[in-house]
Amino acid sequence: MELVLTKNIRPEGEPLTLAEYEQAGGYEALRRALGMSPQEVQRMVTEANLLGRGGAGFPTGRKWASVPMGERARTPKYFVVNADEMEPGAMKDRLLLEGDPHQLIEGIIISAYAVEASQAYIFLRWEYRLAARRLVSALSQAYHHNRLGRRLLGSSFSLDIHVHLSGGRYMCGEAEALLSALEGRRAVPRSKPPYPTVCGLWGKPTVVNNVETVCNIPHIVKHGPEWFRSLSLTDEGGTKLYGVSGRVKRPGVWELPMGTPIRRLLDDHADGMQDGYGFRALLPGGGSTAFVLEEHLDTPMDFASMEAIGTRLGTGTMIVMDDRTCPVGMVRGLEGFFARESCGWCTPCREGLPWVARTLEALEAGDGRPEDLETLDHHARWLRMGHTFCALAPGAMMPLASALKHFRAEFESHIGARCPWS
Amino acid sequence: MPTIYVDGKPYEVAEEGKNLLDACLSLGFDIPYFCWHPAMHSAGACRQCAVKLFRDEADTRGQIVMACMTPVTEGVRISIADPEAVAFRASVIEWLMVNHPHDCPVCDEGGECHLQDMTVMTGHVRRRHRFRKRTHRNQHLGPLLHHEMNRCIQCFRCVRFYQEVTGGRDLDVFGWHDGIYFGRHEDGVLESPFAGNLAEVCPTGVFTDKTFKRHYTRPWDLQTAPAVCVHCGLGCNTIPGERYGLLRRIRNRFNAHVNGFFLCDRGRFGYEFVNSDRRLREPLLRGEDGELHPAGLAETMERLRAILQAGEAIGIGSPRASMETNFALREFVGAESFHDGTSRLDHDLMETIRTVLLKGPGRSASVQDVAEADAVLVLGEDVQNTAPLLALSLRKAVVQQAIGIAQRLNIHLYHDSAVREAIQQDTGPLFIATPDETPLDDIATLTYRRAPDDIARLGLAVANFIDPAAPRPDGLDGETEGLAGRIADELWNAERPLVVCGYGCGSRSVIEAATNVVCALERLGKDASLACTVPECNSMGLALMGARDPGSAIEAVRSGRARALVIAENDLFRRMRASDAEALLSGAEHVVVLDHLANRTAERAEVVLPAATFAECTGTFVNSEGRGQRSIQTFVPEGSVQASWRWLGRMIALRDGLAERPWGALDDLLAALARAVPVCARIRDLVPPSSYRLHGQRVPRQSPRYSGRAAVHAHEDVREVAPPLDPDSPMSFTMEGYGGQPPSALIARFWAPGWNSPQAVTKFERGVAGPLQGGDPGRRLIEPEDRNRLCYAGHIPPFEPRPDEWLAVPAYHVFGSEELSAATPAVATLTPAAYLGLSPHDAERMQVEEGQELGLDVEHEVHPLPMRLRPQLPPGVVTVPLGLPGLEGLELPTWVKLVVPGLSERALRT
Repeated sequence: MELVLTKNIRPEGEPLTLAEYEQAGGYEALRRALGMSPQEVQRMVTEANLLGRGGAGFPTGRKWASVPMGERARTPKYFVVNADEMEPGAMKDRLLLEGDPHQLIEGIIISAYAVEASQAYIFLRWEYRLAARRLVSALSQAYHHNRLGRRLLGSSFSLDIHVHLSGGRYMCGEAEALLSALEGRRAVPRSKPPYPTVCGLWGKPTVVNNVETVCNIPHIVKHGPEWFRSLSLTDEGGTKLYGVSGRVKRPGVWELPMGTPIRRLLDDHADGMQDGYGFRALLPGGGSTAFVLEEHLDTPMDFASMEAIGTRLGTGTMIVMDDRTCPVGMVRGLEGFFARESCGWCTPCREGLPWVARTLEALEAGDGRPEDLETLDHHARWLRMGHTFCALAPGAMMPLASALKHFRAEFESHIGARCPWS
Repeated sequence: MPTIYVDGKPYEVAEEGKNLLDACLSLGFDIPYFCWHPAMHSAGACRQCAVKLFRDEADTRGQIVMACMTPVTEGVRISIADPEAVAFRASVIEWLMVNHPHDCPVCDEGGECHLQDMTVMTGHVRRRHRFRKRTHRNQHLGPLLHHEMNRCIQCFRCVRFYQEVTGGRDLDVFGWHDGIYFGRHEDGVLESPFAGNLAEVCPTGVFTDKTFKRHYTRPWDLQTAPAVCVHCGLGCNTIPGERYGLLRRIRNRFNAHVNGFFLCDRGRFGYEFVNSDRRLREPLLRGEDGELHPAGLAETMERLRAILQAGEAIGIGSPRASMETNFALREFVGAESFHDGTSRLDHDLMETIRTVLLKGPGRSASVQDVAEADAVLVLGEDVQNTAPLLALSLRKAVVQQAIGIAQRLNIHLYHDSAVREAIQQDTGPLFIATPDETPLDDIATLTYRRAPDDIARLGLAVANFIDPAAPRPDGLDGETEGLAGRIADELWNAERPLVVCGYGCGSRSVIEAATNVVCALERLGKDASLACTVPECNSMGLALMGARDPGSAIEAVRSGRARALVIAENDLFRRMRASDAEALLSGAEHVVVLDHLANRTAERAEVVLPAATFAECTGTFVNSEGRGQRSIQTFVPEGSVQASWRWLGRMIALRDGLAERPWGALDDLLAALARAVPVCARIRDLVPPSSYRLHGQRVPRQSPRYSGRAAVHAHEDVREVAPPLDPDSPMSFTMEGYGGQPPSALIARFWAPGWNSPQAVTKFERGVAGPLQGGDPGRRLIEPEDRNRLCYAGHIPPFEPRPDEWLAVPAYHVFGSEELSAATPAVATLTPAAYLGLSPHDAERMQVEEGQELGLDVEHEVHPLPMRLRPQLPPGVVTVPLGLPGLEGLELPTWVKLVVPGLSERALRT
């Protein structure tokens, strides 16, 4: 298979310099884009059917098309890269950030050009220090060679890119909370409408895209939407960075065609379960997706197929649960994380998640009571989209609700007894 | 008018663009809520107001939405009673109660707690959460508010109010998840002078009134009445509460035209002077030993008779006394001998303001009008310190134009955070021209720091830019010229331009210049308004009634024409130069003083009569807008305390040998006042007459839950004491009476079944945040006679600094500058020490440092004061905090000398 996003990445090595990147064909797409109108670039991305790689799978072209364009738009417009990769199990954006910063920068410039943004931010999670260092270095090369800055590459387009190393909070990965944080406020989400493409950073039109999404842009522009769609096994365009963690023989991240079935990832790339461990279930796209059982392992990993089996593709970085791990314990770990990361803005999330976490702790500690399952069911039922302010708590309920469904007996075995796995 | 369907029934909603919560509450439905507030709109945080929304008639499943975040649209179908919505709302309350301490029996909020009400409303009764509650450390937030964080339900109202409504920066939310904390970054006094509103904004007992806590009583045991604040000229509407003869707290009384939902902390916490040890409760007579001694009524009357028959008296009224008291004194001495008891300067300023507002062209702006202005020029006024609540209106005014940004983005205006995010810093225009920095500078488009005369010249220049027929000040500098042009453009382009001026600078020129701007705008067809601050709660009423200046009073005493001086509720040493006060007090043969508190003037009297405070008698005040408002007596005071006008009525009867007082009750006095002062005729109709009854009943001051009536006096007499009768209003001093909603002027508390907290106000309004049912109480007494009146003031020379003198301009402080509130312990602790404000330029020239003591030499009287650096003060100008202890009675601005101790003045200069 043709590697697209990761072809320049040298594992354990330094990323390509500007010269090396250009030698490998870098910044050609940018030159090509600058010869097109912003609307034409937008159209290419729409036709490529690139779905947002941050986890929600929203069509990137449609997001861009909702940005007010031309003279009547409020300026400055902003383009923001969401690099707050904090989903449990996710490490794909880190690979792109550290491995090929120029690819991201080129993607940002083209994207900003397509929506006529004049300022761009890369919002990094606190721990991505190495990525920040490499980005800053790559940016200075790009500025020095006029790939960035005023009238870049001799065109009429100007752009500045700023690297923002955040204070570090799961909530910052939520696009609107990210914008609040970038403005120097608490990372509390904003309600929609208005959408950020109309009223975003500092009240101006703003596009927030995920790192992997943006890295796809130069390739779409360079090779065209048909080529991009042809990379995929399904009708969702492109390749996808998939990850596997848990007790498999070879955990890692791979770039594969979009729609690669789960089992191929597990068996061909992660080399199956470690000896002595059996497969029990997996969370396909990070902590806030629902468990997938053995029976669904042949499902193609794309947004639509995952949704069809009641879960989400999310980040595409799966966490495998083996048969020697207590499902209650695993869910407890996740819910503890989500409870801690709640921003505290809305009641169901702020008060509900800690209650869930404490209940699971009690179950794990052998202090479970029959009514505890009722409490967990209650939260799985009520912490839904629309009931809460943002998607954090509904996401947190996905592993819990599916665990309650698939592993009911295991939950019940915790009541009035110590954890059978301990 | 859109129709909405609630649980299958159609209802007409008054306005489009509202949210469903607002609309449903306006229709009288009960939907529980926390983060939404009628003055702060929707946040979407608490998720309590969930209802079911249906796509159309065929949709039976529907989806849960937050009523506060969902717009009213034509034909929208919702259900409040839907079982799923009911269950979700109960679940939200259950979550909120997870960490709540359930300490209602020991909580000051108990009995008027929105959280209690909403919990009862949703029906959450069984606790399922079996884990430990989180606990917090409470903070010391100063003498006004008590902090109890464990009770917090994290609705975010406090920080939204504090930061967005008041502009405060030292209250914030800290931490994450269920550990979030609302407080300061460290213990300390909350800086905003509006912090006290948190006691009402907080839906539970996190922020409670600390002064109330010190003499706590259950809120339902308070006797309350509709009153008017006496601590500045705005006349905010309040609800004082009394129990056992002690005034225990003040709460806000909603009035859409005046204070809306909020009060300033001077108004809320300044009340304790009523309970002061310095209160005069019995008549005092000067004995042969030269000392004042308590005296009986008969003895007092005898002495008064002797004084009054000895010869002619002149009267000194007071801008802090009611219309009734001032009028009674005027009736007693005759209009020719009635003086307003203020300095020549203040008399002159009030004459100017009265003329402008009565004759035109300026129409006086209400507090509400100020909030709706879309371009504002402030001339010479430190608004937050001279008329505190007006500052909140200006904070609303600066977003009036910016709201258009949100509207163009199709953002619903109730969506508070989205509106703010869309607007960001694009607020204004607001121009502030003052001698020194002001707490509103953070929202100013531009500020201008000059001496009063230069501020006036800026005003003239603005007027001249708008209307070239207006006089043009000569010799303008470039900065002023450019600024004036910009201000003129902004005012001209606005729909509702406003000019704010007032007493703050002590400068008639500034008021005249403000008038020029309004005059120019009006002449060219703009609907401009003028907000003039006035020094005290009845300055405007006194000016409308007309009173003579202090010079003529001194003359009358000096010439021997007046032998007796009758002073009503006025400490002369606070309002005029000590030399003038001295001339009056030592010149008169007999001095009779009526007042609440022992003060320097009362000390000099021969007869002192104990006068009722605002809480102890009914009276009328006219605010800076010219709005007459009745303040109804809250409780019957102990001792011989009586309304001053009653004492004065007695004195008239005594002097004239009448069998009865000329006015038995308030309505008689008001009838006489209406005849004698036609401009005030409407004050008769502010409140229904005392004979008014609703279904044959009076309006009760006590709640139906008022407890212990029979027990209160049981230690004295087990028989129940008959409640006192109120001859001055249709209200009773009991819990019996009409239980429904009375006319708005007689609302003693906001309460409705199931709504025990201040949130019940919604049930009294015509639509959420709308006017009270039947119209807000109070009436405008004045309208400009001629809005096209040409009254351009002419030449004002530029300010010229002097080589060896400084122009001392007054500075004001919310806490300390006003007489009565300063006698309140909580306010006294917040009053800054007197100081002298000096520009860095002058400080450097004089080689003095911050904190160093300087002598302020005002007409050879030297006040030693520590120096405070005022970075924005222009050279040649110093600020003096007028009214602070030691600095009362100065007539500012005036030229002063500065003395550095240890240096001769000459040495200082060279």
